Amino acid sequence: MTQLALVIDLNTCVGCHACVTSCKEWNTSGEAGPMVDRNPYGADPTGTFFNRVQTFEVGEYPSTQTIHFPKSCLHCEDPPCVPVCPTGASYKRPEDGIVLVDYDKCIGCEYCSWACPYGAREIDEQQKVMKKCTLCVDRLYDESLPEAERKPVCVLSCPTSARIYGDIHDPESEASRAINAASGYQLMPEWGTQPANHYLPRRKVNIAVHEEDLQRVDNPLRKEDRGQRAPTTRTTLDDSTSW
Amino acid sequence: MKPAFSVIFLTTLIGAGQGLFLAYYSAEWLVMLNILQISAGGYIVHAAGISFLLMVGGLVASFFHLGHPERAWRAAAMWRTSWLSREVIALPLAMGTVLVFALIRYFEIDFQVLALGRVPLSLSTLIGFVAVLAIVALFACTAMIYASLKFLRQWHSPLTVLNFFLMGTASGFTLATLLAVATGAGPFGYFCGMAIFLTLAALLSRLFSLSRNRRLRSPSTLQSAIGVHHPTIRQIAQGAMGGSFNTRAFMHTYGAGVVRLARRFFLLAGFVLPLLLLVISDADTLVLCSIALLLQVLGLLTERWYFFIEAEHPQNVYYQMIS
Repeated sequence: MTQLALVIDLNTCVGCHACVTSCKEWNTSGEAGPMVDRNPYGADPTGTFFNRVQTFEVGEYPSTQTIHFPKSCLHCEDPPCVPVCPTGASYKRPEDGIVLVDYDKCIGCEYCSWACPYGAREIDEQQKVMKKCTLCVDRLYDESLPEAERKPVCVLSCPTSARIYGDIHDPESEASRAINAASGYQLMPEWGTQPANHYLPRRKVNIAVHEEDLQRVDNPLRKEDRGQRAPTTRTTLDDSTSW
Repeated sequence: MKPAFSVIFLTTLIGAGQGLFLAYYSAEWLVMLNILQISAGGYIVHAAGISFLLMVGGLVASFFHLGHPERAWRAAAMWRTSWLSREVIALPLAMGTVLVFALIRYFEIDFQVLALGRVPLSLSTLIGFVAVLAIVALFACTAMIYASLKFLRQWHSPLTVLNFFLMGTASGFTLATLLAVATGAGPFGYFCGMAIFLTLAALLSRLFSLSRNRRLRSPSTLQSAIGVHHPTIRQIAQGAMGGSFNTRAFMHTYGAGVVRLARRFFLLAGFVLPLLLLVISDADTLVLCSIALLLQVLGLLTERWYFFIEAEHPQNVYYQMIS
């Protein structure tokens, strides 16, 4: 069974909000109609977003790290928001595991948002229906798009490739490999919702630089005792050219 | 959680309506079984009518909670999984059977269907029995809407179901007591005694849930929420400057003083004062019973408000600082 999901690399995310703006742009222009924006140019802009980037500071000054944390619907494998919906507007697609809301059936009772521990659902205050990340389901199967673009728009827009999209039930997919290689984890595992989206943790990056890497041991110039050239004030070709 | 006023009125009003019908219908059975001597006679029609109107009031209030009330009929679809859907079925069923019961009695089109030993059972009595089943089911469905949400730990308890049942029936029996005094007919002693018993039971059950909720700690922390296992994490941006649905729907903005005052008020007005007034009232103290009912209704509305204030939603750990 397929379970499409996002894998978000917190080690790579720089918090640029490109995924937020491209998500809003794609989904507000879609068939379902615009996503509300109240007071967009005023002091307190607010509206419906499917994806937001939050920022956390970990540690105590001066040894702190800034963590940018993109947050959207996690498309849980056992989604608590689905069984509580009285109309069946919220559903999980059996074929690819995407959790969706049928905006024509939703009565706007907000009960699903109470049942989601992640706060992934937001009511659209204009259309009065519950909205959430669709994993860009309207891109994934659109054959009018080039095959490389049949991905969630947040994945395509990420400049640091911090977002990986794929089937986490297929062990050979890029997403599964990333989860396995970098010990990807789920959010709030204590609730047993089994989120499909995974996050890759921050990793310490240590590059071991050995002297031999900088100075070739078997440098033929050294054998001829020409390795150490006297410093010259003349500009060499290497200095004036950027390769 | 932010208190949802339409839901507060819905649950309080239908609870009183359900309790009122249970009071009069149970009294009628006790008379039939020769346990009670005084019958409410034809006034059971009035009681059923008021019970129906209270449930209509609750239903009307509930529509204000919906973004698309014109689609409310769809809400009966998922009764296999959703307690809200089950409530949407149980409420019209309870209303319908109570209304049919009242109409049969009012137009006197009743007839005997069968006999239980020496007790003759009329059509309306049988329909009333169905109404009782629907009313009990409605209590369970209404409370389970909240009790089934395992992330809202303050609600996720059998005490929620018990509280909804006890508070609904307590206010229903207090209303029955007032009706018995106002009409001058009906088993005042039974209604008043039961109102005292149920109010006391509701008070104890609510105090128990208050002390349970005080000791609860959410298993979700900022560490598990973002998966970073460091003791010191500080939010510096939540991804929205002017707030969002997440900051508006799941948090209340009342100060600790208001919340404390509300708790004291509902414990006094909803339970303690009506108890005292009911204990000293008798069959001709209309004013005392009226005050008891008024206080209890105000108290129970405040209690339901507090019920929302009490619940801590785990998503709030993601929204601790705007920027």
